[in-house]
Amino acid sequence: MNVLILAGGLSHERDVSIRSGRRVKDALESRGLKVTLADVDAALIPTLRKLGDDDVVWPLLHGASGEDGSLQALLELMDVPYVGTRAREARVAWIKPVAKAILSRNSVATPDYVTLPQSLFREVGADHMMGALLDRFPPPVVVKPARGGSALGVTLVTEPGALAHAMVQCFAYDDMAMIERALFGTEVGVSVIGTGDDARVLPAVEIVCEGPYDYDARYNAGRVEYFAPARLGAEATAVVEATALEVHRTLGLVDISRIDMILDGGVPNVIDINVSPGMTETSLLPQAIEASGSDLGVLYETICADALARYRSR
Amino acid sequence: MTQSDSGGTRLDPWLGSYASRAHNMRSSEIRALFAVASRPEVVSLAGGMPYIGGLPLEEIGEMMRRLIVEQGETALQYGSGQGHEGLREHITHVMALEGIRAHPDDVVVTTGSQQALDLVTTVFIDPGDVIVAEAPSYVGALGVFRAHEADVVHVPMDENGLIPASLETTLAALKAEGKRVKFLYTVPNYHNPGGVTLSLERRPQVLDICRRFGVLVLEDNPYGLLGFEREPLPAMRSMDAEGVIYLGSFSKTFAPGFRVGWAAAPHAVRDKLVLASEAAILCPSNASQMAIASYLDHSDWQGQIKKFREQYRERRDAMITALEEFIPEATWNVPDGGFYVWVKLPEGLDAKAMLPRAVTARVAYVPGTAFYYDGSGSNYMRLSYCYPTPERIREGVQRLAGVVAAEMETLRIFGPDAVGPTTTVQFPSPDLA
Repeated sequence: MNVLILAGGLSHERDVSIRSGRRVKDALESRGLKVTLADVDAALIPTLRKLGDDDVVWPLLHGASGEDGSLQALLELMDVPYVGTRAREARVAWIKPVAKAILSRNSVATPDYVTLPQSLFREVGADHMMGALLDRFPPPVVVKPARGGSALGVTLVTEPGALAHAMVQCFAYDDMAMIERALFGTEVGVSVIGTGDDARVLPAVEIVCEGPYDYDARYNAGRVEYFAPARLGAEATAVVEATALEVHRTLGLVDISRIDMILDGGVPNVIDINVSPGMTETSLLPQAIEASGSDLGVLYETICADALARYRSR
Repeated sequence: MTQSDSGGTRLDPWLGSYASRAHNMRSSEIRALFAVASRPEVVSLAGGMPYIGGLPLEEIGEMMRRLIVEQGETALQYGSGQGHEGLREHITHVMALEGIRAHPDDVVVTTGSQQALDLVTTVFIDPGDVIVAEAPSYVGALGVFRAHEADVVHVPMDENGLIPASLETTLAALKAEGKRVKFLYTVPNYHNPGGVTLSLERRPQVLDICRRFGVLVLEDNPYGLLGFEREPLPAMRSMDAEGVIYLGSFSKTFAPGFRVGWAAAPHAVRDKLVLASEAAILCPSNASQMAIASYLDHSDWQGQIKKFREQYRERRDAMITALEEFIPEATWNVPDGGFYVWVKLPEGLDAKAMLPRAVTARVAYVPGTAFYYDGSGSNYMRLSYCYPTPERIREGVQRLAGVVAAEMETLRIFGPDAVGPTTTVQFPSPDLA
């Protein structure tokens, strides 16, 4: 089996993607696999056309085009085997308010929220809009791009005067903002491997961060203390794991995902869904793999093999 | 992974071991956004990369082949800590073009003038010492100063460069506070990022002020030979050899890949710089130095500099024309040399906050906050015209206009208080400095 890893791209998370790609490449090569790293550019389609029967693609782009289903749609168009969630389901998971709506309908807890486009602020007036927003969603709230990752454009708003600035920061990344009630319980990321009934969870990773869990905290070691497995009792662990599996299956995610939650009164509230989670030195999924006692290379090889087998069995 | 007492991990077993100066060495989302700048779809007006496409690469290739074949045993070996004697001789002739009379022994060859900057700072700066620099200042220098835990105090410039009266006021105030000011750091020609040049009239004034306050001048001059309109002004070192350390570089007049720069310093300072350099790197690259010496010996390097000037002038013109056409609501200087235009955005706009939108629009620039020690300058951006073609420059400015328009729309919707200043300082990567 040979693996073509796609990493980089043109999103705001290009740098994280390149680092993820290199780490996965190293791990797979440690298993003796032949691995090629490629960017998403004009050379991609000619490269895909040359893939052989033993080749599988692992798209590791983060952010738009990597996680919004675009790249997956291209791979499906080219009829090549690939790791990860299919295009349609990826598109749903990428748009946070849509994913949250589906989860809510399936009784998965997620913080109360509203989604507002920048255009509406222009049309009805920002002052009126923010007044209405603050009436219904008084701080603390989290303002985040409706489509985005790596905490880019995300702000925890703790006082009304800071809301406008948070909205502006958010709209620099996306023209649609999601405003969620802020929760302050234990934060965990739960990685899920596999598909459907065969999906299984890895140990939850607990995140304890000094200050906001922003880009700096995520990608520079030091401000965050991680506990893998999370310091949850047996009951809380079971609920958290069940929630992650429920999300993974309900949204039709494939091969690999990471579900981020905050426990509010013991109830796991889903705050983010990642179909192409980070694989860098500070990312949660590799920590979860190590906490499970597995070898990164062995697990990644299994993921690739499963993707190839699934393609062959169509 | 090393576990903490609480049983968790911070993923860095050496967290408690770093020097205090290393704690601020962190990758930011802004630095990460620059990762897209290298993609061909993105028009990068961020990088300070010279346009070396115009170099006679066949000729240089043959020169390097001959160097290794004929002098390989020297070129590939360790050399002198002070630098190759033949190259130091050449450097004195290069500096003579800007009026500097120097002996080869005055010169210390370094791995880029960036290393010379670091050596001078190592030799002079104790934590808490003050360095005075122009406002704005070269981001690579600010990074060095920060790494040595200096305090930097900015002095304003105008269209004629550093303002002598402001320098004097600043030095007097610092003296009254009991602060130790070790040197003035200045980029007097075609300033990076400001684009301005210290006028001939002001040069002796600045030197006199520094002399009276006992402050050394660190003259950083990578662009002095790249003026479009006139011959080079006399270097400050040509006016005061004892009071000025001069930093030079072949990065812009030849090519940065060789990593060859130099310092010309008073003899006692030079001795310390040599020792500091030997401690850091043993010696600069013989191969690179001999390659440059050979280039200076055999190639029409001055003719090449003239070609560079014309290429950069054409690019400057393309940028100014595009700014006038597409972003007339901004203001900017018109540099008469060098690589950069310093743009002031319409009031209320924050160049750092705008960068994600710019990435989406496939255009890159360096936000002004990178060029101030305290992270101010959010209303400014540096646009580089050195690398892209004139057509790409126009395309880039047009894309930037869309970004500015979108930000101004956001400002109109949410009001000026919502944009807000950002003060986080960034560390752009070397090819953007």
